[in-house]
Amino acid sequence: MSVAPVAAPSRAETPIVVEATKEPRRFTLGSLPLNLALILLTIIWVVPTLGLLVSSFRPGFLISRTGWWTALAPPFQFTLQNYSDVLQTNNLFTSFINSLTIAIPATVMPIAIASFAAYAFAWMRFPLRNWLFLLLVGLLAVPLQMTLIPVLSLFKSLGLSGNFFGVWIAHTAYGLPFAIYLLRNFFGALPGDLFESAQIDGAGPVTMFFRLVLPLSVPALASLAIFQFLWTWNDLLVALVYLGGAPQFAPMTVTIANLVNSLGSGYELLTAAAFISMALPLVVFLALQRYFVRGMTAGAVKG
Amino acid sequence: MDIVRITFLVGAVVLVPAALIAYVLVTDLGVRLLPARTQPRIRPWLWILPSMLAVTVFLIYPTIATIWLSFLDKAGQTFVGLANYGEVLGDGGVLVSIRNNIFWLVGYTALVLVFGLILAVLADRVPYESAVKSLIFMPMAISFVAASVIWGFMFAYQPPGAPQTGTLNALLNLFHGSPIAWLIDHRTNNAALILVAVWVWTGFAMVITSAALKGIPPELLEAARVDGATELQVFFRVTVPLLAPTLTVIGTTLVIFALKAFDLVYVMTGGFYDTDVMARRMYGEMFNNQNFGTSAAIAMLLLLAVVPVLIFNLRRFQFQEAIR
Repeated sequence: MSVAPVAAPSRAETPIVVEATKEPRRFTLGSLPLNLALILLTIIWVVPTLGLLVSSFRPGFLISRTGWWTALAPPFQFTLQNYSDVLQTNNLFTSFINSLTIAIPATVMPIAIASFAAYAFAWMRFPLRNWLFLLLVGLLAVPLQMTLIPVLSLFKSLGLSGNFFGVWIAHTAYGLPFAIYLLRNFFGALPGDLFESAQIDGAGPVTMFFRLVLPLSVPALASLAIFQFLWTWNDLLVALVYLGGAPQFAPMTVTIANLVNSLGSGYELLTAAAFISMALPLVVFLALQRYFVRGMTAGAVKG
Repeated sequence: MDIVRITFLVGAVVLVPAALIAYVLVTDLGVRLLPARTQPRIRPWLWILPSMLAVTVFLIYPTIATIWLSFLDKAGQTFVGLANYGEVLGDGGVLVSIRNNIFWLVGYTALVLVFGLILAVLADRVPYESAVKSLIFMPMAISFVAASVIWGFMFAYQPPGAPQTGTLNALLNLFHGSPIAWLIDHRTNNAALILVAVWVWTGFAMVITSAALKGIPPELLEAARVDGATELQVFFRVTVPLLAPTLTVIGTTLVIFALKAFDLVYVMTGGFYDTDVMARRMYGEMFNNQNFGTSAAIAMLLLLAVVPVLIFNLRRFQFQEAIR
C-alpha cells in the first residue's frame, strides 16, 4: 500500500508522554460510544443474512405471513422442507453441479496460461515488454460489455455457445489480464539473487520456473485461485449471455435469477436456494480468508 | 452427472495445463537448438504467446469489433454513421439509465469509501477487530444474485395494516411510519439498489483501508496527540491525508464497478420502475430487441466513461514501476 512518505517527528523531545499514552490507547475498551457504534454497524451488516438464514428453516406459509424475527420466539416452528423442495423440484442440484462444472476449469485454465506469461513479463527481457504489459493493465478497466456481441457471434459460428466450452473459454480470457497482473507483480518481487545463483548452477528458464518460481509463489497462486473461483461461481452475466438460457446447463446464479422472476408467491423456496448457492463460497472464504485478503490488497483492479 | 461431462471437465482441468507444459517444454527444446545469443530473444515470445493470443481474440478484437458495430445497423450489415448514438441518446429509457449510473457512481462510491474508512478506523481500536472484519467482509464472497434474494426479504412490502414481513418495513411500523414499497417507489428504489451494492462492497474498502492504516507509523499519530490535537483532528488532519492515495485506488475500482453494475438490477427490478442502468440496458437491447447497433453504442458509452479511470490506472502503474 502506498502511504506518502512523511518524515517521522523526533520522539526524543517527549519520550515519557509518548510511552505513557501509547499502550492504553490501542486496546482500551474505555470509550463506550466507539464500541457501541462498531457493534451496531456490525449488527446492521449481519442482520440481512441472518434473517434469510432463519427464514430458510421456516415453513412456507409462515414466511409469507410473518417476519423472520417472530421465529425466534416460541412456538419454534422450523423445518427442512424448503431445502428438500427446492433441491427436488427446481433442478437446483443440477445447477449446483453446473456451477462446479463451470467454475473449476474456469479457475484452473487462466492460472495455467497466465503463469507462463507472468514469468516472461517479470524476468525476461524483450522488446515491447513494457508496452504489452501496459496494454494488459489498460484491459483491466475495459468493461466486459464491450466484448459480448462479437464473442457471442464467434461462439455461435464455432458451435461454442449454449454449452460449457464457450463459458470456460470466456471466463479464461476475461480472467487473464488480472491473473497476469497479479502473478507478474508477485514473481517480480522474488529476490533476483535466487535466479542468479540458479543460473550459475546451470538451470535454464524452464527449470527455474517449475523448480523455483512456482513453489515460492503458492500464496499468490492460492489467492488468485480463490478470486477466480469466486468470480466464476458468482457470475451471472457471462453465463446468461453464452449459455443462452438452456436450463440443463444453467449455473445456480441463473437458476435463482429465474426463480426470482417466476415464483411470485412461492418465494419461500428462494431462501433455501440462496443459501445453497452461498454455502461453497462461504466455506472457501472462511477457510482461506487470509489468501483472499492478500490477493485483494495486492492491487485488485479487476475489469 | 453424466460420464461425458466428467470426461470434458477432467479434460479441461488436466489436459489444458498439461498441453501448456508440453508446449513450453517442446518449444524450449527447439529454442535450445538455436545459437545461445538468439535464445533469450525468442523464448519470451513463446511464453507470452498463449496469453496474448487469448487476450487478442477475446478482448482486443471484440472491443474493436464493438466500436465498429456501433456504426452499423440493427443486424450489423450496413454503415449508418452516428444513427445508433442518435437513437440511444434520444431514447428516454437510455437517458434514465445514464442518470441512474451517475447515481451509482456518486452514491455507491462515496458510501463504500466512507463506511469502509469508518469501519477500518473503529475496528483498529478494539480487540475483536478480526471478528468484525470477517463479518463485514463476508458479503464479498457471495453472489449478487444471492445478495438480491437476501435484500429482497429486507425490502419486502405488504399493504398498510397487514403485518409487515420485510425487516425494514417492520422497523418503520415500529416507529409508526407507513410501509414503503422500496423497490417500486421512485423515491427509494435506486437508493435501495445502491444500498445493496454498498452492503456487499464495504468489506472490500474496509480491508484495504485497514491494511494501509496499519502502515501508518503510530509515532505520527502520537506526535499529533502530544501536540494537543483531539482524536477528530488526528483523524481528519493526519490519518485521512495519509490514506488519500489508498482511498483513490479503491475509488477507481469502485467507479469501474458502478459503471458496470448489472446483476443486482437484473435480478431485483429487471430495470423496471426507472431503475435501469447502462449494462442492463445493453443486455436488453442485445437479447430482447435484437439490436446489435444500439447495444454496441451503449457499450461504447460505458467504455468512454471508463477512459479517465483507465488513464489514471496506466499513470499510476507507470509511477509505481518508476519507483520500484
